[in-house]
Amino acid sequence: MSEDWDVVVAGAGIVGAACAHECASRGLRTAIVEAGEIGGGATAAGMGHIVVLDDSPAQLALTSYSQGLWRELSSRLPAGAEYESCGTLWVASDDEEMEEVHRKRALYATVGIASEVLDSHALAEAEPHLSPALAGALLVPSDGVLYPPCAAEYLVRDAVRLGAKLYSQFKVVSAGDGLVRLNDGTELRAPRIINALGSEAVTLLPDLPIRKRKGHLVITDRYPGFVHHQLVELGYLKSAHSIATDSVAFNIQPRKTGQVLLGSSRQFGAEDSTVDYSMVAAMIDRARVFMPEIGTLSAIRIWTGFRAATPDKLPLIGPWQDDPTLFLAAGHEGLGITTSLGTAKVLVDYLVDGETQIPIDPYLPARFVRSEAHA
Amino acid sequence: MPDASISLLVNGAPVSVAPGTTVAAAILMSGPRARVSVTGEPRAPLCGMGICFECRATINGFAHKRSCQVLCEPGMDVRTA
Amino acid sequence: MKQHFDILVIGAGPAGIAAAVRAAESGARVGLLDDNPAPGGQIWRKGAALPAAARDWIAKLDASSVVRLHGWHVFAHPGPGVLMAESTAAADREAAELHYDKLILATGARERFLPFPGWTLPNVMGAGGLDAMVRGGLPTSGKRVVVAGTGPLLLAVAAHLAHRNAKVVAICEQAPMGRLAAFSLRLLTQPGKVMQGINYRWAARDARFHTGCWPVAANGQGSVESVTLRRGDQQWDVGCDYLACGYHLVPNLELPVLLGCRIQNGFVATDKWQQTSIPGVLCAGEPTGIGGVEIAILEGQIAGLAAADRISAAIGLVQKRSRSQGFVRALANVVELDPRLREIPSAETIVCRCEDVPFHALGGYSSSRDAKLHTRCGMGPCQGRICGAATQFLFGWGADSVRPPVLTASFSSLAAASCAAGHDSNDILNQNRKDTHTL
Repeated sequence: MSEDWDVVVAGAGIVGAACAHECASRGLRTAIVEAGEIGGGATAAGMGHIVVLDDSPAQLALTSYSQGLWRELSSRLPAGAEYESCGTLWVASDDEEMEEVHRKRALYATVGIASEVLDSHALAEAEPHLSPALAGALLVPSDGVLYPPCAAEYLVRDAVRLGAKLYSQFKVVSAGDGLVRLNDGTELRAPRIINALGSEAVTLLPDLPIRKRKGHLVITDRYPGFVHHQLVELGYLKSAHSIATDSVAFNIQPRKTGQVLLGSSRQFGAEDSTVDYSMVAAMIDRARVFMPEIGTLSAIRIWTGFRAATPDKLPLIGPWQDDPTLFLAAGHEGLGITTSLGTAKVLVDYLVDGETQIPIDPYLPARFVRSEAHA
Repeated sequence: MPDASISLLVNGAPVSVAPGTTVAAAILMSGPRARVSVTGEPRAPLCGMGICFECRATINGFAHKRSCQVLCEPGMDVRTA
Repeated sequence: MKQHFDILVIGAGPAGIAAAVRAAESGARVGLLDDNPAPGGQIWRKGAALPAAARDWIAKLDASSVVRLHGWHVFAHPGPGVLMAESTAAADREAAELHYDKLILATGARERFLPFPGWTLPNVMGAGGLDAMVRGGLPTSGKRVVVAGTGPLLLAVAAHLAHRNAKVVAICEQAPMGRLAAFSLRLLTQPGKVMQGINYRWAARDARFHTGCWPVAANGQGSVESVTLRRGDQQWDVGCDYLACGYHLVPNLELPVLLGCRIQNGFVATDKWQQTSIPGVLCAGEPTGIGGVEIAILEGQIAGLAAADRISAAIGLVQKRSRSQGFVRALANVVELDPRLREIPSAETIVCRCEDVPFHALGGYSSSRDAKLHTRCGMGPCQGRICGAATQFLFGWGADSVRPPVLTASFSSLAAASCAAGHDSNDILNQNRKDTHTL
């Protein structure tokens, strides 16, 4: 069986769902192919944190742009998506980190993100369970959290309402030259194919510079009021930036249910999804430095997931050099939830009329091919 | 010689039970409700064997203890939702 | 706490007790762990007059060298040959690191619950559930009880409650009379079981006994006040203070699955020496097939002897056990669930009690995981133990894979598991500090 579409999106994780929704909203006849559960991959495994991050100017641009898009969408999200504008507190342990807090505030202001510096007294009032030995924090009130699988499901269902078709429980076997083949032999023809398969994107394009980066998370029973904001240590960026070692960083989040979600850990070269208790313990021990009482919280579930990591910490958004019908929306590492909407807008703007609201250049997949050509 | 009964507090009220009584039973002696569900329904133990989590209570300050598997001890402070 | 055992037995019901006793006879260092404060599991739960077999085996256990770990629940398997457990008691959240050469899983079974309108009302419990609560001190003297569901547990529970002066007003078995009669005939080869059944029925003789009958609603404000029963075309209400309703048993497979044991037809696959697909891990009792106390004791002994490398002493027991397999099959047959039980939940009936997910929210999902991710069904602390059996019957979903911890554990207990994981969390933290600060 063969069908013609304007665009085929491979993968209904948060990024694929966002792309499909954007395409359908623009009137493009869209097919979505998902082999498992909607939002069942890294989308289900991560923290669902919507956060502005400044590892690079391009990252700052994409996260701030996308954070605004989430705020606009939030009123249409169903209750199950648990969107909460709880804000992020970047926690500083000492005076050196407080300087970093001030620097960050100024940088965020340049892209229109308002934030507030809290001294240790104000921080203790905002989060009574934090260690009183901390120096202070930067509060970014426009950051939020949500429950991504339901957000992805909403985006897919709304795309279908707008005319898209979901191929559920079908695997993409090959994609390129305007043709997507599914595992049952179905052929989908489209002038544009979007590979949004996250850490599995390499199964269709083995040369993609995407590596799996394993993470662990733990969620507790309900403790309403234990923590109010997403709390992240400033050292989080060191952990996310490091490309060689296993690392953890203090990262804790309140869920709308009153549960407490604990992250974050990063490992390269760990391809197996089994829980590694040494990583879990490292996360807990790190968190205990910042929140000494968490030892008593009751954990109900531990799980792992795989982020899709690229060498420069920026996603691949745009055309794949070798094939004019193939486009990428993958490689979002720990920012898939945050930047999904921005990715979709940038990519679809680029596809439809070439004019994007933020420059697409830093995310173009061609940047890796170019650097290889120069090597 | 009869075993001495055990005195504990359930939501601030004193309760006297025989040795070997579970905290869940002590809670139910004060009324059928042991817990409130996430949407506000009254709930009580279902399985009696530590699997359903309907018997969760805060015992001596520790939240989410499965009270059907904890024996009453003198002076225990039991609080339910 | 850190301990090493030659043989570690998980579960102190009949199978676990028998396994531990036999294993210890060889001189091996044996540990027996269970989450309840006293040995006996469910069927020999302390708080009621125990049968002679129970008293005998517990006495043997008390006289043995078995190291007793009562009031602990296993939560993790961080590496080969080690389990982590946490204390169940209130005061401390101590974690225990338990190393073993051989492991015997005797984790027993739990009741299957099927949702119906009002089943979440207080004082609606399982049949075994109410029995356990009564043994734990819940007073039911003079209270009216309806016992319902399916399986041999119903009569045993009714008899025990009647013995405690509860008023068992009705016993409702969903299996049709014809199937029960056939099963009873089959039992004639085991006169002990027949006598037991007759004794139970006599103890609860004031109760009306209905077959092909089940509750379609529990009614009341704040707690159950009456039950609506249906039998064919007839439907009527019975006033009661407690409804004890359970649909037979499902095996506790979480620990066997976590350890990688092969599961076949919903039970742990074992060879005739109770050895699972994982070397050094044995399994005995209900997780290998629901068969009741006698078979559990046989299998426990076989496992204990096999783990202690005394297989020759187990040959007679293996023969006895193989003669009992017919009973296991007959039991499975008699408790087969009537398909009309799928029609009882209404749209609003809660299916997942931890997260209050109603029946109507679950249509349209193709698997347990799909439903869990999008409706929260199975996401609560019971980790799908209650709703999983229900959704399997209602929708045909297989169980989602086990996510650790096997049972809830505190963060400090989870952190304690790293010592057993083979490498040190401090290495990771130290590496963090060495990374240069780059922005």
